[in-house]
Amino acid sequence: MTEETDTKGYLDMDLLRFTTAGSVDDGKSTLIGRLLYDSKNLFEDQLEAVEESSRQRGDENVNLALLTDGLKAEREQGITIDVAYRYFATPKRKFIIADTPGHIQYTRNMVTGASTANLAIILVDARHGVIEQTCRHSFIADLLRIRHVVVAVNKMDLVDHSEEVFNDIISQFKEFASRLDNIVDMTCIPISALNGDNVVDPSENMPWYEGSTLLYHLETVYIGSDQNHVEARFPVQWVIRPHSEKYHDFRGYGGRVAGGVFKPGDDIVVQPSGFTSKIKSIESMDGPLEEVYAPLSTTITLEDEIDISRGDMIIKANNPPHKGQEIEAMICWFSEVKNLSSRSKFVLRHTTKEVKAVVKEVRYKININTLHKLEDDLEFKLNDIGRICLRTSGPLFYDSYKKNRVTGSFILIDEQSNETVAAGMIL
Amino acid sequence: MNSYRVTHLKQLESEAIFILRETAAQFEKPGLLFSGGKDSIVMAHLARKAFWPARLPFPLLHVDTGHNFPETLEFRNHYVEEINADLTVALVQDSIDQGKVVEEKGINASRNKLQTVTLLDAIEDCGFDACLGGGRRDEEKARAKERFFSHRDDFGQWDPKNQRPELWNIFNGRKHHGEHFRVFPLSNWTEMDVWQYLKLENIELPNLYFAHDREVVKRNGTLLAISDVVQAQADETTETLQVRFRTIGDMTCTGAVESDADTLDKVIQEVATARQTERGTRSDDKRSETAMEDRKREGYF
Repeated sequence: MTEETDTKGYLDMDLLRFTTAGSVDDGKSTLIGRLLYDSKNLFEDQLEAVEESSRQRGDENVNLALLTDGLKAEREQGITIDVAYRYFATPKRKFIIADTPGHIQYTRNMVTGASTANLAIILVDARHGVIEQTCRHSFIADLLRIRHVVVAVNKMDLVDHSEEVFNDIISQFKEFASRLDNIVDMTCIPISALNGDNVVDPSENMPWYEGSTLLYHLETVYIGSDQNHVEARFPVQWVIRPHSEKYHDFRGYGGRVAGGVFKPGDDIVVQPSGFTSKIKSIESMDGPLEEVYAPLSTTITLEDEIDISRGDMIIKANNPPHKGQEIEAMICWFSEVKNLSSRSKFVLRHTTKEVKAVVKEVRYKININTLHKLEDDLEFKLNDIGRICLRTSGPLFYDSYKKNRVTGSFILIDEQSNETVAAGMIL
Repeated sequence: MNSYRVTHLKQLESEAIFILRETAAQFEKPGLLFSGGKDSIVMAHLARKAFWPARLPFPLLHVDTGHNFPETLEFRNHYVEEINADLTVALVQDSIDQGKVVEEKGINASRNKLQTVTLLDAIEDCGFDACLGGGRRDEEKARAKERFFSHRDDFGQWDPKNQRPELWNIFNGRKHHGEHFRVFPLSNWTEMDVWQYLKLENIELPNLYFAHDREVVKRNGTLLAISDVVQAQADETTETLQVRFRTIGDMTCTGAVESDADTLDKVIQEVATARQTERGTRSDDKRSETAMEDRKREGYF
């Protein structure tokens, strides 16, 4: 490969964010280590450090799991506590992995990791098949609207690389997954992370499997339709007023497009004021642009001078967002210290806007292992997921989370501690 | 097929600009840590884009250990003037003179640890409630779990076990009096992304990053540049090699690599085939397996 083509290729790569959830024993860290190792994304000094640690711990082989277990406490206890982000690239794509623990007490970490992912890898131990935690991970992926799911049936070496075992697990999984509705694309791959079968290189032990290897799938899965390019939404983040001689009258609105496409000349409406105007220009340091779309950060100027500030939303009139002060949402509760129940009060942050919110009613909680609704215990404790109705101090301009992940999501903040205590997905 | 494709560099740029604007909006007095290294140059460039055509709505802060390469300081002064930004310089030498820190002794003495005290003092003196830094999660394993908005208590300390969850692109910068935040807009960038972005945007860099002849000494496997603060010991010999620097920190601990990469394209090619992470040339990280985590807990960037 020549220098020039290599550089050009890199400037034209996609980005895929995926999440992995797994428990201590199902080989998740080994899988990530394997992806990094076999795709040659490990550096000598990282490998040396891991070899040295493995030796000190008395591990027989190089323990690839040590690559991903970052913090002291984790290495000591042999568990992954937090969400750790890993990066690697192949000539086709750059990947961001949100690596999360899989136990139920880390549900909030899984929710966090899933919130920015396009794809989820659900690890299933071939010896155990679809178990409670498989259902939990799939439910969380679905709740956070991850469109693409890979079911990686791991440890195939421990079931004699059996096609029958694999097929049984897949039909079990499909039966369960028929109850989830956001997953549009599901791929099942038999692997052995320990030995590297079907991770980067095709397995010689499973000639019956004719599908892609895991890495090939990650490199080629189509994610272009994951962004909303229909409903135009532009939450204003920052008003740019240079007050300089050259740009004396410049008044630009900085923000990141949350949905749709904006072009100069487009008719727009500003919420909540309801004022209308036209887009005059789309500005950048490198000159004006012909259009912007999600998820680009940009600066918009308007034909008319109207009062706009942070927290307002620029939209197009033909397909406006919902407007309201009563919000039905699914939430995941994050606090170890406080519980949520009816009449609890919070600060709610939605796009660039902050309002106060009170829980009007708790509808139900969900047992995330069985997906059963719980309607007799209505107090949210750490990691609980369920549906609530909130009343806000001012109107929100929102979409359902299903339609738009940016304008359909919010967080709740505890006013005393300033901690982020819940993640919300608007129904 | 839709035509609304966004390359990974554009996505990273958009994310970083979003975070820079959030920082300006959510805090009363942010500051941007600027060392003259490539990551902080990318940060300043992104900040210009975020607020263009207005000036940066926050000053730059440089913690000068006194062990910087002269080329770095030259570049810093020239760059700050060019982009018309405000610069505050905090000197580690002042902290030493005031008796707040004691200089390490011995031939491997480094001011790396001392600069944390100077930094925390400067944050307090300037009244910064948020400090923007160019830290990336790919640099070191303790950074892999760092947040974009990283909360610090009134002692500037980081508690890795008690970090706020960050969901979607919603950042919670609320804080109590006396607390502050470190903000890392480049969290999701890798070393390769930074280099490619420098190329894409045609951004100027200090010449230390490109191959040049320099007198160096090999110590503990690291090539150190000979200077006022690094002299060869009796049993060491110096040699002049064609080298460049992958990171720019103190002269006492930033190792050079032998290289003939004298253009950005050649550097990128070299990074692509490198067998060592860039912090592999930093002797400060080799002190113990958790050296970075320990320093970060105390308030290091």
